[in-house]
Amino acid sequence: MTETGELLFQGADWDFRTLQRVCDACEQVARDELKLDVYPNQIEVITAEQMLDAYSSVGMPLFYKHWSFGKHFAFQEASYRKGLMGLAYEIVINSSPCISYLMEENTATMQTLVIAHAAFGHNHFFKNNYLFKQWTDADGILDYLEFAKRYVAHCEERHGRLAVEHTLDAAHALMSHGIDRYPGKKSLDLRAEEKRAGRRRAHEESAFNDLWRTVPTGPAKSGAVLDVERRRQMLGLPQENLLYFLEKTAPRLKPWQREILRIVRHIAQYFYPQSQTKVMNEGTATYVHYRILNRLHQQGRLTDGNFLEFLQSHTNVVFQPEFDDPRYSGFNPYALGFAMMQDIERIVTNPEAEDREWFPDIAGTGDTMGVLRDIWANYRDESFISQFMSPRLMRHFRLFHLHDDPEERAGIRVDAIHDERGYRRLRRELSRQYDVGFIDANIEVVDVDLAGDRRLMLRHTVVKGAQLSEADTKRVVQHLADLWSYDVSLVEVDGSDKVLKEYVANPRNIAAAA
Amino acid sequence: MAIHIVDRRLNPGSKSLENRQRFLRRAKALVQGAVKKSSQDRDIKDVLEGGVVSVPIDGMDEPRFRREGGTRDMVLPGNKKFVEGDILPRPNQGGGKGGRNAGEGDSEDTFRFVLSRDEFVDLFLDDLELPDLAKRKLAEVESEGIRRAGYTTSGSPANISVSRTVSRALARRVALRRPRPEVLAALEAELEDCSDEARRAELMAEIEALKTKMRRIPFIDPIDIRYRRFETVPKPVAQAVMFCLMDVSGSMTEHMKDLAKRFYMLLYVFLKRRYRHVEIVFIRHTDRAEEVDEQTFFYGPASGGTLVSSALQAMHDIVRSRFRPADWNIYAAQASDGDNSYADGEVTGRLLTDMILPVTQFFAYLEVGQENGLSYEMPNSALWTLYEGLRASGAPLSMRKVNERSEIFPVFHDLFQRRGPQERTAP
Repeated sequence: MTETGELLFQGADWDFRTLQRVCDACEQVARDELKLDVYPNQIEVITAEQMLDAYSSVGMPLFYKHWSFGKHFAFQEASYRKGLMGLAYEIVINSSPCISYLMEENTATMQTLVIAHAAFGHNHFFKNNYLFKQWTDADGILDYLEFAKRYVAHCEERHGRLAVEHTLDAAHALMSHGIDRYPGKKSLDLRAEEKRAGRRRAHEESAFNDLWRTVPTGPAKSGAVLDVERRRQMLGLPQENLLYFLEKTAPRLKPWQREILRIVRHIAQYFYPQSQTKVMNEGTATYVHYRILNRLHQQGRLTDGNFLEFLQSHTNVVFQPEFDDPRYSGFNPYALGFAMMQDIERIVTNPEAEDREWFPDIAGTGDTMGVLRDIWANYRDESFISQFMSPRLMRHFRLFHLHDDPEERAGIRVDAIHDERGYRRLRRELSRQYDVGFIDANIEVVDVDLAGDRRLMLRHTVVKGAQLSEADTKRVVQHLADLWSYDVSLVEVDGSDKVLKEYVANPRNIAAAA
Repeated sequence: MAIHIVDRRLNPGSKSLENRQRFLRRAKALVQGAVKKSSQDRDIKDVLEGGVVSVPIDGMDEPRFRREGGTRDMVLPGNKKFVEGDILPRPNQGGGKGGRNAGEGDSEDTFRFVLSRDEFVDLFLDDLELPDLAKRKLAEVESEGIRRAGYTTSGSPANISVSRTVSRALARRVALRRPRPEVLAALEAELEDCSDEARRAELMAEIEALKTKMRRIPFIDPIDIRYRRFETVPKPVAQAVMFCLMDVSGSMTEHMKDLAKRFYMLLYVFLKRRYRHVEIVFIRHTDRAEEVDEQTFFYGPASGGTLVSSALQAMHDIVRSRFRPADWNIYAAQASDGDNSYADGEVTGRLLTDMILPVTQFFAYLEVGQENGLSYEMPNSALWTLYEGLRASGAPLSMRKVNERSEIFPVFHDLFQRRGPQERTAP
């Protein structure tokens, strides 16, 4: 059953009126049929060179200046010119208005695909997913970047390019550990505290029982232990956000250096949700563009030829090579995400007995978009996979789990495969691969030797025997020491508190040079 | 909700140019180090032509806390025959096929990227500069030149622009309807043949009127005349000539010539970068000097004694006849094994101090030695002693000894290195 709509375009050429028509058509489908809720869209057409520019500054339209972006640019330009790398069709920015960059070289079909993908798929995800809501401020990000850029340039003028560069280098090295993983506890103001103390007193009085006095207590804590505890509490230790800790407590940083650490920390935090939702984000966008373009074709607004062109690029995007394929380089987030979204659609509309058993909540409810919108809003990759990966999909991908223990001389063990015994274990392992808690090393500031030489002490809790790579770690610890401006030590301990390795660094004189 | 579509394609590009420059500044030491190292066993020419540089990654990478090793768990797609409990042999270390997660630590051991030739040469020669030269100013201060600057209504007859004048005259004649000679000729022919009296009178009156009109409207009027206009502009001296002087007597081995050639090449590259136009003059000498082409210079056979003064005299003659010192920056580099006949010493010294050095920007003497010879073991040669004496009495000469190919670059570097002020006063 095809409806006859007016064709949006014919052939491959497009102009700005075409783009406008495409946007309107996509918006109609997205709003009326998929019921997506998006930020206002801004679509910008750019050239390949501008795309490379955007690549080198992590996709942001404006950014402060730093040599490392120039390095990335040179690197990417070299591989692009050699033809090793294609450019993305689009870049989309989590901001309000949501900015999507389209390459001018795309054909009309590709522009339609990209608009549906970025301006509606990603956009909806940015606006609704809880992580983005919690950690990013879409309205403020562009202004903040503008501020950051101006501030860094201003610092360079006042304090010298070199000093700023040193500080930024150090901050970048710690960027992956400059993230708050949990929303901070709101510190109480005085009145609230008084109220709480009053409530506590009232409770004690109402529940007073003289008997409790006679219950024996443990051995009293010695003064030294109490001191340590008090110190750690004052410093907010243990603290895993190293940049935050340095910004607030490093004794000899200049105010502008603290502000730079803060900028880097904020930007790291802004990107934090993106790294946790790659599969879902791309899955959502791919699913949305697939739905929208199918609908447009159904309405007769896309020729069969253009639709075939779309299908071809769509298929390329969601291609998942198998593990023994030379092209294999991990899971393709587009493939995995899209497959899961489609699978959920199937479970909702056309479940089998197995699905009813595994997903009683959603199987057969019939409201695909309702279920999906709810999932898009409330999950991240790790929880999404651990809850919605169906046995059927595991069979489809023919997943298997390898356990590689260096102690095991015989080889790598196949721990689970896509069978009845393995589904749950497979799913748990796969979701763990997307768990940020496992992806980043767990490094915390544990103490500062305030009574002695002010040494900053950090601890890396080794999980599954994976220690830090030595060369890199030495240099990062050096950067840490430069910022802290006293000695820094980092110990690696395993689960039983056995020290595996220790790094110590003395500060170079960057604070003085600054 | 209106969708906003913006065309950014015309926005100024190269937004990351500044980042690139920062990167190059930072990589400068590394790039220069890499070039120095490779120039020891590579042809200098190749080094200069190569636009791709590999910079060792340490110093340019950005360290992060990364983990490696340990037990690893992987979930992979595409199972074909494995069942639970199978033990698979490990793939050979290093060849990380068979399910390596490429997400972890993409290693870029050496970092390769493309520099434009200009960027490369800039970096390469950046800390080189000519020594303090007497005529350095002249090279940068501008001399006068003249340049065409449109047309003017007055000027000297020699500057009449014929084409412009004629075209203006034509336009004027057409505009004022000057009778064309063909029309007049046609009327006159008709008059010749005409027998009707009334008609003849009519024709004659018409011809007369046309002739008057032709006289009134001249073929070229003074107001048509245009002159080419010139104006004087300051013009930098953007040309240099480089004299390569070389002893080709029997005592010079192929190895020595090769060393000399490399030195000339570097000098050429350096000059080429500074001046728009660089000419090279090759003068080879035995006991007499001749100007030759490059091929003959380096490879042509020659034999004879050694008279350095002959080469200097030849150079002086060429400068006088072809390269006016006011218009050319003159550089000279002399390579020799140091032999010279004793009788020639005084003439050479006089020529050099009186004729050559006053007009050159820079005179370098390169003494090439045997392969495997050590420069400090060589006794000072006749020429070296002579030049040293001149230098001691204040002549601006640069001189070095070289034995090995790998020493060329450092020598060149030394010669042109920025000199501290104290060195300037006491070279």
